[in-house]
Amino acid sequence: MHALERAAPAQPADHDLPGGAKTARRSGPPRNLTAWAFLAPLVVYLLLFYVYPLYRNVDLSLRFYTVRSFIQGGAAFAGLDNYIAVFADPTFFRALGNTLVFTVVSLVFQYGLGLALAVFFDRHFPLSATLRALFLVPWLLPLIVSASTWAWMLNSESGVVNALLGAVGIDQVNWLTSPTWALTSVIIANVWIGVPFNLVILYSGLRAIPPEVHEAASLDGASGWQRFRSITFPLLRPVSAITLLLGLVYTLKVFDIIWIMTKGGPSGASTTLATWSYQLGFGSPVPRFGHGAAVGNLLIVLALVAGLVHIRLQSRREAR
Amino acid sequence: MTRSRLTAGLLALAVTASLAACSSSSPEPGAADGPLTLWDPYPQLAADSDWAKAIEACGSASGVRIERTSHDTTDLTNKVLLAAQQGAAPHVLVVDNPVVSTLAEGGVLATTEDLGLDTAAVEPNLLDAGKLDGKTYGVPIGANTLALYYNKAVLTGAGVDVASIRDWASLTAALDKVKQSGKKGITFSAVGTEEGSFQFLPWFWGSGAQLTDVASADAVSALTLWKDWLDRGYAPNSVIGNTQTTSWQEFATGEYAFAENGTWQLANAAKSGLDVGVLAIPGKSGGTAPAPTGGEFVTVPVQADKSRDATAKAVVTCLTSAENALTTDTALSYVSALPEVQAKQVAAKPELEVWVQAVKAAKGRTGDNLGTKYPRVSEPLWNAVQAALAGTKSPQQALTEAQAASAAK
Repeated sequence: MHALERAAPAQPADHDLPGGAKTARRSGPPRNLTAWAFLAPLVVYLLLFYVYPLYRNVDLSLRFYTVRSFIQGGAAFAGLDNYIAVFADPTFFRALGNTLVFTVVSLVFQYGLGLALAVFFDRHFPLSATLRALFLVPWLLPLIVSASTWAWMLNSESGVVNALLGAVGIDQVNWLTSPTWALTSVIIANVWIGVPFNLVILYSGLRAIPPEVHEAASLDGASGWQRFRSITFPLLRPVSAITLLLGLVYTLKVFDIIWIMTKGGPSGASTTLATWSYQLGFGSPVPRFGHGAAVGNLLIVLALVAGLVHIRLQSRREAR
Repeated sequence: MTRSRLTAGLLALAVTASLAACSSSSPEPGAADGPLTLWDPYPQLAADSDWAKAIEACGSASGVRIERTSHDTTDLTNKVLLAAQQGAAPHVLVVDNPVVSTLAEGGVLATTEDLGLDTAAVEPNLLDAGKLDGKTYGVPIGANTLALYYNKAVLTGAGVDVASIRDWASLTAALDKVKQSGKKGITFSAVGTEEGSFQFLPWFWGSGAQLTDVASADAVSALTLWKDWLDRGYAPNSVIGNTQTTSWQEFATGEYAFAENGTWQLANAAKSGLDVGVLAIPGKSGGTAPAPTGGEFVTVPVQADKSRDATAKAVVTCLTSAENALTTDTALSYVSALPEVQAKQVAAKPELEVWVQAVKAAKGRTGDNLGTKYPRVSEPLWNAVQAALAGTKSPQQALTEAQAASAAK
């Protein structure tokens, strides 16, 4: 360190440099190098853990893989055959429809309940912090725990939900095993898990709204509902947008809850693109990696489109 | 300023490089003096279990330390496929029997012929599950299969004599009596995975149907049997989502007269505090229905470096030998694949007689001349069972579509 400090000021004298221009040019390349060196860990990380797996997945989806060629290499190039096969499969439209219903209904309820709770907790009453913390529990629990618990509660024969319904005279509902209810059941569980996330983000968004605006509005005689519609909701819009986008990406790829509760059944009634992709790749004794990868890529494209729409909307708003 | 920043940057680069280096410097699995790796699907058996001890003893006898890793059974198949792709398969692999032909087709497993393993003493119907194109790819460590557990108290309460149950009609009549006595009839697993097909097969084969034609009239009669049980309330609706474990939990409540379940539940049956008996699954018009054989094969994956094959062979021979089979099969609650050991098991525990008979009558799932085509039939089959039981399709329609789907693949 000492040697460096002493050596540095000595340099210009030794080489008798004329002016600042040359010094600046000289320090150019090392500064660039420094920047790249700092960037390197991130770039290496991105290449290793994002680009390469994505490339592999695209490659998988374009080849005709069997168990033998998966292990020994040399899978024939299949072009878009895997995608065509996936589109032609009757399960595809079922899974796509289920994915859309699952995602939209989940988002609407997660956001609606999360916003209602956030407004409620924004009023600060005794124990509100404790209660708010308790609402985070679903988010903190491992998914395997919450999904298994929901599966037990919704069990047709011995579940507590049917026991309660039975107590008020409602017949047994086959929550997880009837084609009419299976999708609803997994949506209910998913909403329960997703509400805390919406609550936390929307709550912090509410805290960022200056209290003076509310004060001014109430002085002008605005009712609670008017204040919510004309102040809270518009000022919360950027936060809402990012909450919904994150929620969308998260909900599109939900797999564990559905797999643990219904395995996508009965007979495909709660199959989404995510569970179908897993089913194709790993759920049968003979894996169809190509088809599974194709469905996985379609999911990525769906999420990507949603992300692009978000960026587009945001930049348009900023331009205004 | 510039220099110290450069130093920091270089440091960051060095850390990245060393991280990358770390990930590639893991020890080579094939190293000649390293431990022998063994993978099994028994995570429930801890390091102090008899099974783990048997492995350790076989290691010492062969002069090598064995490193055992356990995975859940479906997980194991995926792990093995990935490991084989990376050339890092374990030296010894204990794997579920219907997977053997798939792995063999992928070129993952060595044949017993190449290894010089002797399989002459093994029951032929059990060994069949490990065969592909006339070659054998492993040695069964033991076998399990399905039968009907029954709750004696519930049957007595309903006035049912077990001896009267000889075919489907008498079984259904018994279920009716049980229902009228206020108890529940039968529970099984019809989940949308391989487990669902596994549980349906005794009824499927018991009807006389063959897996080569899943839409035959016999096959439809088997699915109709299950469907009727659900419709009449003899079986709970939860069977559609039940795994064999959750189905057993239902039976363990003591509310059910029957449960279709496997050999591996014997220990739990003893612990349940219920007075439980076991009955072979009846065929449609009498006799014992062929149940599918379950249980694992001990196999030796092909290695690029052949130097450990002899040691691996010694370990497989040791684990499957008659002396060790009694210990390992007792530890796993399996019926041995060797007739002489079966006799010892029955002598020690007479209630195993039903299971030994069931194992003798059992059929490999890859039988019916299916081989690696079995999974192509099994998946449409479990989907058909689910569709029919959930009421989205009639048994006939569901199975006709399953036949079309399995023929198309």
